[in-house]
Amino acid sequence: MTEVTPNVAQSAGQAGVVVRASTWHRLVRNPMGLTALVILGVIVLIAVLAPLVAPGDPNFADIGNVLAGPGGGSWLGTDSAGRDIASRLVYGAQVTLLSAALAAAVAIAIGLPAGLLAGYYGGTFDGLANWTTNILLALPSMVVLLAVRAAIGPSTWIAMVVFGVLLSPGYYRLTRTAVQSVRNELYVDAARVSGLSDGRIIARHIFSVVRAPIIIQTAMVCGVAISIQSALEFLGLGDPMVPTWGVMVADGFRNIYRAPLTLVWPSAAIAVTIAAFVLLGNALRDSLEDLEKVKEKRARPVGPAARRAVPPVAVESGTEHHLLKVTGLGIGYPQPGGGRKTVVDGVSFHVDRNEVLGIVGESGSGKTQTAFAILGLLPDNAIVTGGAIQFDGVYTVAPDDDHVHQDRLAPLRGKRISYIPQEPMSNLDPAFTVGSQLTRPMVRILGITKAAARDRALNLLASVGIPEPQRTYDAYPHEISGGMAQRVLIAGAISCEPDLIIADEPTTALDVTVQAEVLDVLRELQSRLGLGIVVVTHNFGVVADICDRVVVMQNGRLVEEGPVRAILRSPQDPYTKVLLASMLENKPPMTPLLTEEKLSPLLTEDELVQAEESLELTT
Amino acid sequence: MLFMILRRIGSGVVVLVTVACLTFVLLYASSSNIARNILGDQATPEALAAKEAELGLDQPLLTRLADWWAHALRGDFGRSWFTNEQVFSAIASRLPVTLVMVFASIILIALVAAVLGMLAAVRRGWVDRLVQIGAVLGSALPGFIIGVFLVWVFAIQLRLFPPISKITPNAGLNLWVLSLTLPVIALVINGVASAAQQIRSAFIRQLELDYVRTLRSRGITEREILFRHVLRSAAPAGLTVLSLQFISLLGGVVIIESIFAIAGMGRLAVEATTKSDLPLVMGVVVYTVVIVIVVNLLVDILNGWLNPKVRVS
Repeated sequence: MTEVTPNVAQSAGQAGVVVRASTWHRLVRNPMGLTALVILGVIVLIAVLAPLVAPGDPNFADIGNVLAGPGGGSWLGTDSAGRDIASRLVYGAQVTLLSAALAAAVAIAIGLPAGLLAGYYGGTFDGLANWTTNILLALPSMVVLLAVRAAIGPSTWIAMVVFGVLLSPGYYRLTRTAVQSVRNELYVDAARVSGLSDGRIIARHIFSVVRAPIIIQTAMVCGVAISIQSALEFLGLGDPMVPTWGVMVADGFRNIYRAPLTLVWPSAAIAVTIAAFVLLGNALRDSLEDLEKVKEKRARPVGPAARRAVPPVAVESGTEHHLLKVTGLGIGYPQPGGGRKTVVDGVSFHVDRNEVLGIVGESGSGKTQTAFAILGLLPDNAIVTGGAIQFDGVYTVAPDDDHVHQDRLAPLRGKRISYIPQEPMSNLDPAFTVGSQLTRPMVRILGITKAAARDRALNLLASVGIPEPQRTYDAYPHEISGGMAQRVLIAGAISCEPDLIIADEPTTALDVTVQAEVLDVLRELQSRLGLGIVVVTHNFGVVADICDRVVVMQNGRLVEEGPVRAILRSPQDPYTKVLLASMLENKPPMTPLLTEEKLSPLLTEDELVQAEESLELTT
Repeated sequence: MLFMILRRIGSGVVVLVTVACLTFVLLYASSSNIARNILGDQATPEALAAKEAELGLDQPLLTRLADWWAHALRGDFGRSWFTNEQVFSAIASRLPVTLVMVFASIILIALVAAVLGMLAAVRRGWVDRLVQIGAVLGSALPGFIIGVFLVWVFAIQLRLFPPISKITPNAGLNLWVLSLTLPVIALVINGVASAAQQIRSAFIRQLELDYVRTLRSRGITEREILFRHVLRSAAPAGLTVLSLQFISLLGGVVIIESIFAIAGMGRLAVEATTKSDLPLVMGVVVYTVVIVIVVNLLVDILNGWLNPKVRVS
């Protein structure tokens, strides 16, 4: 069922081997990137070949022929001093590109080393650099450039150097963040342990990480630099002798009533050049972002049809008594470049009332995806590739559905099917109190008053073993412990008296002692309320503790199913045997790694000296 | 919370002092031909020397800096070299119209960018694509070109708005608002483009968090998740985006006021710069920095209030 086209396999191989080449290919294949590159190429050529391309002298003023229209003596006409517009445009490209390059070069020259040092070493330098950065970012660039102009006089180049300094925080932050994130990576540690000097580590391992973001940032910075440089010239703060696009816009603006076309040419030149840089930056970013979610185009009904409720489909008779029944479920995700990756394939099982089913498997076995499909909480781009899910005799995913229809599941979620997540802290909204997060669903679903919901929430908190319910009720998530938070989430899951609870690794993130308590709470609630529970876990200890039946999943498929005792005592599938064997409990202790006779030194004195010498050579 | 505010005020003062001192040194370090600039090329050496003595330019730089601070702390930023107008009153008379434009712009940017960013993040699909394309186009066009073309199309061709805005509020509220419409639009376009994109990514980051899935599992409606939870959590990121937009608006008005001939602080800054009217330039820089610091402080307080970890402690 896994549909992987040859094209996908090929491009995956490329990405693994020659990243740079494939980034370049993707950039050129991207119409946006190609257009931008061509435009910039043309502008650079024009600027370099200005003396050859320009029809005349950009500063030659023909006073007898001012504001002439296009045609005649000059291609694009003349400005208010009778100077040839086409020639001035061509020479203006030189100034424009050079000033962008200058600003970017200064910004990189300051921001990159500062970011590398601050990120790699931290400490005082980091603090000082951050402080400087904050000051630079607090100043409007235009006002600073005005002050510099007032102090030093009109010079495009000085303005661009100063602007480069003002832009350097962008590079600094980018580099610093990137360096901090890789500084403690294992391969950098390995390089350090193997004796590479800091300089070599920065050059070899860290610089390669920041290279791509820097190129993207530079494309954007060039656009910004051109924008501010032309604005300065437009305000008349530049050198009047240098032909620039900004000065030309100003001249056109002054004569806007008489010759508006003189305004159009330089404006278009500025806009097109900046747009090319911005597009190039975006295209680069797109071509580097492999990991972005790919969404398969599906023929979604548009308009009123989309809002129409999906018709109910009758379930197979004789299966209505199962609380939950999953039949041949398949889930897949579209891949970049076409094709699909199947993560769940042909999975079938059922859960009855008053029963706890365990779904066991390693990470990547598809167990969590199955759980989310039952809840209808799969990511947007997930595709149901086959099968069906029925809850209490009604399909929630009908046999022909290709995605989860929210109008089938939304009425059930929270009310009849509820969810206990894996990671307690990240599953509570940090901005709201525990109490408000507990009462909101009750008010909505049970239709009770806020006061009634509050009493109920306090009782629930007590029933999941929270010693001071009122205090926890009033607390924000950051004020309670992980174990308490998980109890809060369990209380939330049972708050609206569901029939089925999906518990996704409910104890994995907790301390061992807390794990047992949380499982006790779950078991007690299950027998008291007669719930059906699906426990997703990788831990057979949890299974043995709480489950009645168990299904074992591997690579998206179901490999074994049966009562807990039978599977624990005599597993049939080899994978189940491996999983069981990997449990730590009830195993004979390992033999000590070093026995008496092996306690002699591993290396002789001579060997040690040799090893040290070879280490010194590499540094 | 109180401690946080006090610390922010303290660091704001440090920034202000640093920037003011650096600017002063930058402006006055090369003061050799200031007197000649003011008096013109024909001035005699005696007149030049007298002028320098009058402006205190014969004093050492640090003495002048100390002198400037001594006066500035009493609210006296000196007088313009060319018009002899008090720097304080020159700025005070120009500041209101600039602040009106900047605040109107930032409110518009906040509203439009938040709506566009949220729509793009939640709906994805064609709305998202449209917002992304708009963001690229909007950020590709420099503010002054947008301003110039707004004048050409809406003021000169269509005659819907006055091309220049020398009108004061006394001329009637309608006319005044009308005269400021084009400048504000010119200011807003760039800001909306970049803010919408950043707000979009802030929303997408929030929507992918675990707690959103858990809220969905509890039967909370999409609308409530979006407006009560995600909006709240994305607000700090949005505020930071807006505070950066505010700073760039203060630069943007310099250009827009020149295009529309608005007698605001930005135009004052350009005039002072062209003439090297240093006391005025100094005053503009200090006022701008003060505005930025106050706005950043407000943003910090708002962010602290939004974040229970800061608020509760």
